[in-house]
Amino acid sequence: MRRLVATVAAVFAGIGRAQFFLINVLAALPAALARPRILAQQLHSVGVMSLIIVVLSGSFVGMVLALQGFRTLVRFGAEESLGVFVALVIVRELGPVVTALLVAGRAGSALAAEIGLMKATDQLSAMEMMATDPLKRVIAPRFLAMLISMPLLAAIFSVMAIGIAGGHAVGVSLLGIDDGSYWSQIRASVNAQDIVDSMIKSTLFGFSVAWIAMYQGYHAAPTSEGVSRATTSTVVLSSLVILALDFVLTAFMFR
Amino acid sequence: MVNRSLEVLVGFFICLGIAAIFVLTFRVASLDSVGSGGDTYQVSGQFENIGGLKQGSAVTIAGVRIGRVSQIVIDPYTFKAAVHMTIDGQYDNLPEDSSASILTAGLLGEQYIGLTPGGMQDPLVDGSELMLTQSALVLENLIGQFLSNMASNQE
Repeated sequence: MRRLVATVAAVFAGIGRAQFFLINVLAALPAALARPRILAQQLHSVGVMSLIIVVLSGSFVGMVLALQGFRTLVRFGAEESLGVFVALVIVRELGPVVTALLVAGRAGSALAAEIGLMKATDQLSAMEMMATDPLKRVIAPRFLAMLISMPLLAAIFSVMAIGIAGGHAVGVSLLGIDDGSYWSQIRASVNAQDIVDSMIKSTLFGFSVAWIAMYQGYHAAPTSEGVSRATTSTVVLSSLVILALDFVLTAFMFR
Repeated sequence: MVNRSLEVLVGFFICLGIAAIFVLTFRVASLDSVGSGGDTYQVSGQFENIGGLKQGSAVTIAGVRIGRVSQIVIDPYTFKAAVHMTIDGQYDNLPEDSSASILTAGLLGEQYIGLTPGGMQDPLVDGSELMLTQSALVLENLIGQFLSNMASNQE
């Protein structure tokens, strides 16, 4: 019984600590804008380095959706609606969610490990000794970079999946759907609100992934085991939070 | 130290992302639902049953889209569905006795309102109400009618 109480208290304490951490990071965000070079560096490691995996996944997801959708739609003689099927699924759901999962796995874990290792090797406390706030120098630029990269990557994912490589390549080139009707059907059913909602979604996903990764890294136990645990729980927690948040946001947005 | 190629790559990434957002907005999304704030007018009509008609569904004449459904509410007195339509201002010469029917695009398509022009001189104006309406075809009712006809024929 006592152990149960202690566990519950520890969970609450963790959540509370994460809140305080978030408030401190948000307060430090303007400082990140004052250091554009560090921000650019982080944009490179979060955004540019995730580009290839996002582009490739986007193309393949689009191709798979087009193949699967074609099989089902052709039974109803509605294969011209393939574009709508691919576009709605990608823009509303898969674009933001898959991008966020990929970025959490690729960049979030790297951030947590990097910060955890900085802590384990006392770099963070060394910074404090030199009167440099590690929240401003280390955490805030990374947080901001994640926040900026996520919607951009999601948009690139969607474009690759719907247009350039995925759905269009398979639907139009392989399965012989008319190019014009592919695009006109998409335009008839996807409206601007869908794109805006998709961008809002991916920004919020970026926010949560950044928060989780930074918190896990910053509060990791300063041992090799602690760093590895921080990395693992970043990926696990981010994935769960992304999927749960997606459900809530979808319930609000696409009524 | 931030080197030159890193700056170039980051710049390229940002531009690519913004370009992707633009492609999505202009190539994929239909913006006519956003930019139609200017020259439009409202008409309404009451329907017994609107089937799968939704806010944003098309309003057409002879298959050409001339407006969209802007609002669907229940009329508090007649308990029918009052469908408010926003019609593009350039079609301001529709006869007052035009009739509206709820149609379905294709087998799986969504439902829309088809207007059939009448013969009167006076045009529809902002706030007009369409008197002649035809409800959506509800398959269950149709089957019910068919079955009851069969039963009465057999007697």
